[in-house]
Amino acid sequence: MGKILLEMKDITKTFPGVKALDNVNLQVEEGEIHALVGENGAGKSTLMNVLSGIYPYGTYEGDIIYNGEVCQFQKITDSEKRGIVIIHQELALVPQMSIGENMFLGNERGSKNAINWDETYSEADKYLKMVGLSESSRVLVKDIGTGKQQLVEIAKALAKNAKLLILDEPTSSLNETDSRALLDLMLEFKKKGMTMIIITHKLNEVVYVADKITVVRDGSTVETMDCHSITINEDRIIKGMVGREITDRFPKRSNVEIGDVNMEVKDWTVYHPVYAERKVVDNVNMNVKKGEVVGIYGLMGAGRTELAMSIFGRSYGADISGSLYINGEEVVLKNPREAINAKLAYVTEDRKGNGLVLSNPIRVNTSLANMAGVSNKGIIDMDKEYQVAVEYKDKLRTKTPSVEQNVGNLSGGNQQKVLLAKWMFTDPEILILDEPTRGIDVGAKYEIYCIINDLVKAGKSVVMISSELPEVIGMSDRIYIMNEGRFVGEMKASDATQENIMACILQAGRGE
Amino acid sequence: MNTKILDVLKKYTMVFALIAVIIFFYASTQGKILLPQNINNLISQNAYVFVLAAGMLLCILTGGNIDLAVGSVVCFVGGIGAVMMDKNINVWVAVAVMLIGGVLVGVWQGFWIAYVKVPPFIATLAGMYAFRGLANVVMKGFAVGVRNETFLNVFGGGADCYIPDVLHGDGFNITCMVAGVAVALVYTAMVIKKRLSAKAKGYELQPLYQVVPKMAVVCAALLWVFYKLANYKGIPAGLIWIAIVLIAYGYITSKTTIGRYLYAVGGNEKATRLSGIDSRKVYFFAYINMGLMAGLAGILTIARAANAQPTFGQGYEMDAIAACFIGGASAYGGEGGIFGVIIGAVLMGVINQGMSIMGMSANYQSVVKGIVVLVAIIFDVLSNKKKK
Repeated sequence: MGKILLEMKDITKTFPGVKALDNVNLQVEEGEIHALVGENGAGKSTLMNVLSGIYPYGTYEGDIIYNGEVCQFQKITDSEKRGIVIIHQELALVPQMSIGENMFLGNERGSKNAINWDETYSEADKYLKMVGLSESSRVLVKDIGTGKQQLVEIAKALAKNAKLLILDEPTSSLNETDSRALLDLMLEFKKKGMTMIIITHKLNEVVYVADKITVVRDGSTVETMDCHSITINEDRIIKGMVGREITDRFPKRSNVEIGDVNMEVKDWTVYHPVYAERKVVDNVNMNVKKGEVVGIYGLMGAGRTELAMSIFGRSYGADISGSLYINGEEVVLKNPREAINAKLAYVTEDRKGNGLVLSNPIRVNTSLANMAGVSNKGIIDMDKEYQVAVEYKDKLRTKTPSVEQNVGNLSGGNQQKVLLAKWMFTDPEILILDEPTRGIDVGAKYEIYCIINDLVKAGKSVVMISSELPEVIGMSDRIYIMNEGRFVGEMKASDATQENIMACILQAGRGE
Repeated sequence: MNTKILDVLKKYTMVFALIAVIIFFYASTQGKILLPQNINNLISQNAYVFVLAAGMLLCILTGGNIDLAVGSVVCFVGGIGAVMMDKNINVWVAVAVMLIGGVLVGVWQGFWIAYVKVPPFIATLAGMYAFRGLANVVMKGFAVGVRNETFLNVFGGGADCYIPDVLHGDGFNITCMVAGVAVALVYTAMVIKKRLSAKAKGYELQPLYQVVPKMAVVCAALLWVFYKLANYKGIPAGLIWIAIVLIAYGYITSKTTIGRYLYAVGGNEKATRLSGIDSRKVYFFAYINMGLMAGLAGILTIARAANAQPTFGQGYEMDAIAACFIGGASAYGGEGGIFGVIIGAVLMGVINQGMSIMGMSANYQSVVKGIVVLVAIIFDVLSNKKKK
């Protein structure tokens, strides 16, 4: 057993009315990768905020022992001085500045009165090399992809002399290739003696990199598993997270009759709205039948969201060509309103950015896409609106004290339900669900799947975009595989395996 | 119970601030600020603030967008009207031209802002210069007198711009007092009716400890103001216009779909657009409406002064913006309401008037107003921070 680098002892943190952490214990050995898993709201991020001094000493109970000393961090720079560096889920880079400027922001190289740019950029290049980036540090951050931006964040952490690196959902915005590269980089750092804590929802990543796994549930640590002494698989971790065995991650769909083609897209091509020569969607043909769930699988950046939004009233892209048929008739949908009228709904992947008005209550969000349904000649019928919101709240089992609650106060899973309610209230025949379970926990995922099943049972068509292979295979009747703007494969879910879907993508990549 | 009290305090901070300010000026002016004549002046002199702030609220709701041009538009529109009436053109034609003129200005600015995506700050900054210039052109740089009796009486200028006392009180305007009682009764009846219907339908009810005191305070304030006015000359015409505008905008912002869209666009424009709502139309509506209100404010301003001058309306935009922000409208959009605007406008008016009665120099008055706006916003920012 190696030396204990960090020990958090009996940490208790209370917010007004809520005990966020309750006697949490965490031991991290020097040179290991320690994974922290748990459902949303379990307290993982709170724990890391306590560690890094975002919640200063005195606002919590318990001790932090780092390198054998009891620490009393007052602010984030205190913990950084000791080599504890946290990389947050949201990238904290200034897009208009160069990589080098970003890397030493607040920590500038040079004298008090002047920044030494030569030193800045040569130092920055050194750290970039360590994370395997070949870009010059003079390149602006906005000109590199998110995968590389994440690496810049890590280089920035290294520049602070990190000894204990905390990565909060580092791969949440990365595609599979970039995620894998990042995880490999972590393993490489481990060889050099770096200690890391990774918080993630993606259990396959945990299995891939972690030496030890601590499960947090409802504000307390449930167990710590040593990956070297027992065999770890995803089901074992899930059991710890939800406190029970989940026998079936995807609810069964029985007796759903698949009917006629409801929507068909032919030769659909979309160009990028800014870079006019770039094809984002390239000659896509697809259809979806009544009562059918069609999955669209692809890596991030494959053009799935762009395809969906361009179909939904041309809300994305330029120079869109191709034809769209609904119930066999060709339609031209020029804006979202026309799409809604054609019984189409697009449930965005970006709940906070494109989906909900967070500062407004559930009631208002539920009716927003169908105000005509709760108003008469521009005058809102408040009673009706309230009843509609309550009806969907009950139907989808949204957990909230009242429909007057602001959506911003809800958890991710409940926000997703409000978003679904909003679109279900428009009474659509075809629903395009873009990453419907992103960032929500295992229990809520299951409920979302049940809602999807109810929808197709009622004869609706569902197009489900997802980058989680098990989900696509588990939920779809038929799967389209998308890569770099094109559909590179179509298969029945019963024939699909993770291997042959990935093979489709790899072949398409080589075919170029 | 403690948290309950805190909740109420937080919700009505600006009301308490207003009461504190009134008490302060009551003490420092030996009670002069609450003389009937001063109450009357407070309403008549600040009519433009209420009207412009109501229009400005809609712009601010769409995302903290402001209209810097309204002061110039007030002057421009007022100038047109004054010149027309000076040439003996029918007064109602002149009024219609002024309102339509305001709307056209709104169309002009709204078009650039909504459809060409010129930032509102810049589009209306341009308007601020241009319409001030046009006002000078219209009036040829000189003041133009307004002598039309009908116009002055209807829009709150001259000596007779009060609702006549049909009940012939002696030194006490009975009509005014009756109107006050009626307004208080209607208000009470509406609150009770709303509560009963909510109860019947099993909705969540506001706790009684909040409803009853609020109702009592509002009724007392209404009766008290009308009592004061009755002791002077009765209901000033300006108050009627203020009431019409505030009631209309209270209704628009809370009960109509377009009102809902204003909040939604300010809260999350992308989500609103994807919900099938044309956000461009929403911006366009807000600015056209602002133009209409600027037109009405122009009418009220030249009526009150009984003339139009090329310098009129300077700083009016700032008064309106300040009233909105003091009244709790969010500088980022999506939050705010007419009730807040009323409180904000009254607070600004009381401070203006109180300092004038105290004989404070105009220079220092500006400083005090500036500090009040800043304090109000700081408070808003801090209380929002705590919520998180």
